[in-house]
Amino acid sequence: MFRTVQRTTFALGSSVLILALAACGGQGSGADGGSGTGGEGGGLSGEVVIDGSSTVEPLSSAAATNFRDVEPGVNVTVATSGTGGGFQRFCADETDISDASRPIKDEEAEACAAAGVEFTEIVIANDGLSVVVNPDNDWLECITTEQLATIWAPDSEGTVTSWNQVDPSFPDVPLDLYGAGTDSGTFDYFTEAINGEEGAIRTDYSPSEDDNLTVQGVSGSQGGMGFFGLSYAEENADSVKLLDVDGGEGCVTPSRDTVQDGSYAPLGRPLFIYVNNARYAENEALRTFVDFYLENEETIAAEALFIDLTDEQAAQAQDELASLVG
Amino acid sequence: MSLHTPATATRTARLGATGRSKERTPGSVIFLGLLWVSLLVAFVTLVVLIITTVAEGWDRLDGRLFTEFPSSRPAEAGARPAVLGSLWVVGATAVLAIPLGVATAVHLEEFADRRNWFNRFIELNIQNLSAIPSIIYGMLALGVLALFGVGNKNIVIGAAVALGLLILPVIIISTREALRAVPSELRQASLALGSSELQTTWRITLPAAVPGIATGTILALSRAVGEAAPLLLLGGLVFISFDPNGLLSGFTTMPIQIFSWTNAPQPAFHELAAAASILLIAILIGMNAIAIVIRNSHQKRW
Repeated sequence: MFRTVQRTTFALGSSVLILALAACGGQGSGADGGSGTGGEGGGLSGEVVIDGSSTVEPLSSAAATNFRDVEPGVNVTVATSGTGGGFQRFCADETDISDASRPIKDEEAEACAAAGVEFTEIVIANDGLSVVVNPDNDWLECITTEQLATIWAPDSEGTVTSWNQVDPSFPDVPLDLYGAGTDSGTFDYFTEAINGEEGAIRTDYSPSEDDNLTVQGVSGSQGGMGFFGLSYAEENADSVKLLDVDGGEGCVTPSRDTVQDGSYAPLGRPLFIYVNNARYAENEALRTFVDFYLENEETIAAEALFIDLTDEQAAQAQDELASLVG
Repeated sequence: MSLHTPATATRTARLGATGRSKERTPGSVIFLGLLWVSLLVAFVTLVVLIITTVAEGWDRLDGRLFTEFPSSRPAEAGARPAVLGSLWVVGATAVLAIPLGVATAVHLEEFADRRNWFNRFIELNIQNLSAIPSIIYGMLALGVLALFGVGNKNIVIGAAVALGLLILPVIIISTREALRAVPSELRQASLALGSSELQTTWRITLPAAVPGIATGTILALSRAVGEAAPLLLLGGLVFISFDPNGLLSGFTTMPIQIFSWTNAPQPAFHELAAAASILLIAILIGMNAIAIVIRNSHQKRW
């Protein structure tokens, strides 16, 4: 019996010790965080809350990464609720910046106005949508927007199922379609640019918010076709084939230059951040962050695999910001 | 435990009929074959998965993973906020769930009247709770946060509530089993010597059950470490450029960091995801090993 009690005490003791160790681990991390916030660098502290488009997220994350080197005391969070979801929170005055892959809609702007949230739209980078096919596709180098519309239109659902229906000179290979899901700005943008109406698209394709799945799908099927951001196509150049797009004025290869100068139409687009005016004026951390974001847009765009602003766009963005401070 | 010996012996004998018995019927041989095949499929899948992960992530498994913040430059990226976030979330989960779970188990096992319909109803529900998909707990925690009027759902305490609810049934059930394994002779002896029921529970039963409780609790916490679904719902999928530093701080955790890296286009990030997966697997194996060590070294024979 005596022995049992001893062992029990030992068991109890060791368990307590483990719990205590775990607790110490927690406290240790807290202390780390504390010293991080207090110490080194510019000495500014505060919070910047960003939400919105998952397309723009890499830009804001890259901005946050670089900003940390300058102002380690500022806590930046970048969430990805989608452009629409981001605006919902933004207009409820919950976030400082909303990432958007399209301009704000009228009804969203009304919601902001109703809540008394004033904002400024800033173009922060350029993005190109790319259309890709399987590398074994030897019948297509350049696709017209009409052909794209034939393939992706809502009316084509169930009827256009083979490549030779797109153009009689194409072989009879079944169409296998992949693309962004309905929550993404990429989806909104592609449907509007190609089918003329946002959200109008055939439903018998494989939608995914994960562009890797689109790459896998297209590379796994000879008749495969998909669309997503240009950076993805360039990163996966060995598994999918990037198509030129003819928007009515001849074939244009998607690239930094053609997106920037607007000739890669209609699939090149600007990306935006929306800044809450009142918060910008009040919150020094936010002000410093946005200024930093814009000053370093070129580096940030390169890191996030987007296309930087033209001089004209950059100058306009600076003007927008300047008007906020005054 | 002497009462249990005949039962164990019978069970062993029954197992012998399919496993080790000399007179195998064709049916039992086929069944045994099927068992081996399913074991092999599971094992091979696991080994292949671990080997490919280790092969992909090994080069990137270094100190940077702990010291660096996530970055858009893969070479400089690390999982520091995610590692600390996991510590905070799981720490807060433990503080919430362990006292509540152990207390519930002690009440149900030592004090509650089992003939009371209400107590039986609670017991039934605890069994059911452990079978609920984890994402439901995420929604529940979201509801709790909304109830308290918290606008920003990405906070440590919210995640701790979700994971705490998730592992509570596991803690309760394993604690009850540990308490049940304490022989009633010990309680009776204590009561006979004049202790109150409370003193008996507090000084005799509970200490004797601690190894079992610790094992169950560590296993439950290791489940919380690896859980991602409820936290995704709670806005855990964020890019964070700072160390989480409190219960109201924003957070991201290891599994979510892995998820987010897998979604990045650059292959270098997939290597990072693999490296972080190895780290996560190592943490989980470590926790399970601690549980096994506690169980083996403190197992009692009454």
